[in-house]
Parts: sequence; structure tokens; C-alpha cells
Amino acid sequence: MTTLAAPVLDSPLVIADREFHSRLLVGTGKYTSNDAMVRAIEASGAEVVTVAVRRVDLDRTNRDGILHHLDPSRYFLLANTAGCYTADEAIRYARLARAAGFNEWIKLEVIGDQETLLPDSAGLIEATRVLAAEGFKVMAYTNDDLITALRLEDAGAVAVMPLASPIGSGLGLLNPYSIRTIKQRLGVPVIVDAGVGTASDACITMEQGVDGILMNTALAAAADPARMAAAMRMAVEAGRLAYLAGRMPRREVAVPSSPTTGLIA
Amino acid sequence: MPNARRSTIFPSMTPIAAASGSITPVVNGEPRSFPAGTTLGDLLRAFELDPRMVVVEHNRAILRDRAIYDSLALATGDAIEIVHFVGGG
Repeated sequence: MTTLAAPVLDSPLVIADREFHSRLLVGTGKYTSNDAMVRAIEASGAEVVTVAVRRVDLDRTNRDGILHHLDPSRYFLLANTAGCYTADEAIRYARLARAAGFNEWIKLEVIGDQETLLPDSAGLIEATRVLAAEGFKVMAYTNDDLITALRLEDAGAVAVMPLASPIGSGLGLLNPYSIRTIKQRLGVPVIVDAGVGTASDACITMEQGVDGILMNTALAAAADPARMAAAMRMAVEAGRLAYLAGRMPRREVAVPSSPTTGLIA
Repeated sequence: MPNARRSTIFPSMTPIAAASGSITPVVNGEPRSFPAGTTLGDLLRAFELDPRMVVVEHNRAILRDRAIYDSLALATGDAIEIVHFVGGG
């Protein structure tokens, strides 16, 4: 879990009281095999990996639990509440996840619509308030809406995670202005969650100044997940460094790079 | 119950054999029969589950203390949810 660039060029990502050394967070869903997942996660350099909470299939002898494949001492497990459509459901899933005993962090999702998987803002704010009061470190998935992001911060979220575009769509960053505005106005870290499709999307997203990116399908659905994971790792760092470096101003006219004096006659 | 799985601990128990002397808790949404006196610990062993790899909810209450599994006797109608971490984003 190291960055490619020298550490002096960037500072660690700090969420709540914890320091992370990769700004790329990855999911573990939808891989064609556990082996492909493990290789992609290794190539991504990610420290935080998300997992979902589901019933054990009691009629299968070959268990599909993720902990048979991922070493929880090596990765920081961030459980999600994916598939929850109400605040109450999300709270129940969060409590179950915490009882697994790894940590008190939760990636909160309250989905408002089955077709678009867009979040239910009211449900998110309510669940964040309840869970934060119970001591959870809530990282709240949300729309790219400034007011909802501000309300989530007020409700006690330790990080706010606006989408780049809908979950699993790979459409990239649809509204850079919104993401930039959210980052400028919030005190807590802003992690863009969902919608990134390829390395250039990740780079452009990081160039908006956000603190990190969480992605899953962009890796899992790539023809070569491990190679895409390596590309994403570099893209996240490239975008971050470009943001920190400060880009040159855009001009509508050309300006020569070479001296205009001293030309031979 | 087409999915009923023969218990390795109670091989004679099938859902059809359920009668007096047995209990039928609802485990992950499905009624399943066990001998009366079966504890939660017995149930996990019957399904070959490592208690450290799962989280159990008993009648909507999360059992955070795994030490009580072997003393928690189950009853007909008890709702048991056994969950674990799977791949997700």
C-alpha cells in the first residue's frame, strides 16, 4: 500500500482519526473469479476494500464468504449497506457488519430507485445521524448535490462520497462543477464513489481536488482487471499530483514556448 | 422445502421427520427442523460454519458475544439470520 510517487509530493489521506496511504478505494463485487479479484486488488495498491453483508447460503458446502480470499489483516475492510432501500434497513446492516468485529466503519448506501440506483437523500441523512450517534464512522454515498453533502456532514459523516455517475454505469464524471463545489465547501474528506469507467475518468476526477475515489465495476468488468487496476492506481496519483501542482491557465490564443528574439536573419 | 439439507450432526433429521421432540426455527428465511434442545452453537456446527466467520441475529437481536452460542437453546418460530461478508462495491 504505497504510492508510486515520492511521499513528499502528497500527504496521506486522513479520514476521521485514520491515515490511509492510497487514495484509491476498491470494491470486491462482480469479479469473474476470486483469483481475478485478489490480483486486481493487489495491483490497485488499495488499502480500503469494500464488502457487502449477505445471508450465508446454508445449502452450499463451498462457502462464498469473502474472508476466505481476502486477508483482513492486510486490507481495511469497509462494509457497505448496498441493497438497502430504507434508513432502518441500512442501520440494521451496519450493526450486523460492526458485529463481525473488524471495525466500526460503514459505507452507507440508502438507495432510492431500483432502476438508476440513485441514493435516497432523506434516508441517508437519517441513517447517518443514527449511526454516527452509535459511534459508527459513516462514509456516506450520495448524489452530486451540495446541499445533501452539507447535511450529511452535519449529521456526522466522516466522509462524503458523491457519485461521478450512476453505480456500475462507467459514464465517468458527469458534473465536474458539482464535485468541485462539494469539495470546496465540505470540511470532511470527499471520496468520489461510483461511475468511473477508465483511467482518464479517474484522473479527471482527482484533478477536481477530491480526496480519493472508490470504484468497483471499472476494475471487475475490465477485460483485464489487474491491468486496469494498475492503470487506475497511476491515474489517481497522476490526477492528484496535477491538482496539487496547479494547472496552467487556459488561453484561447497560442503563446510560443521558444524565444521570439534571437532568430537568425 | 426443496433446498433442505441433511444435517451432518443430526443425520436422521429431515424436515419431514419433524414431529414432537423437534423444533423448527426459521433460519435465513427457511423453516428447518432440529431436535428439541438444539442450541445456536449446535446449529452452526450442523451447517459447518465457523462462528468467527459469521454474524448471527436472533429474533432481530444481534448476538455480539459468541460465547453465548452454546447456551442459547432455539425454539420453534425463532428467526435466525446468519450473515457474512461477500463481494460488494
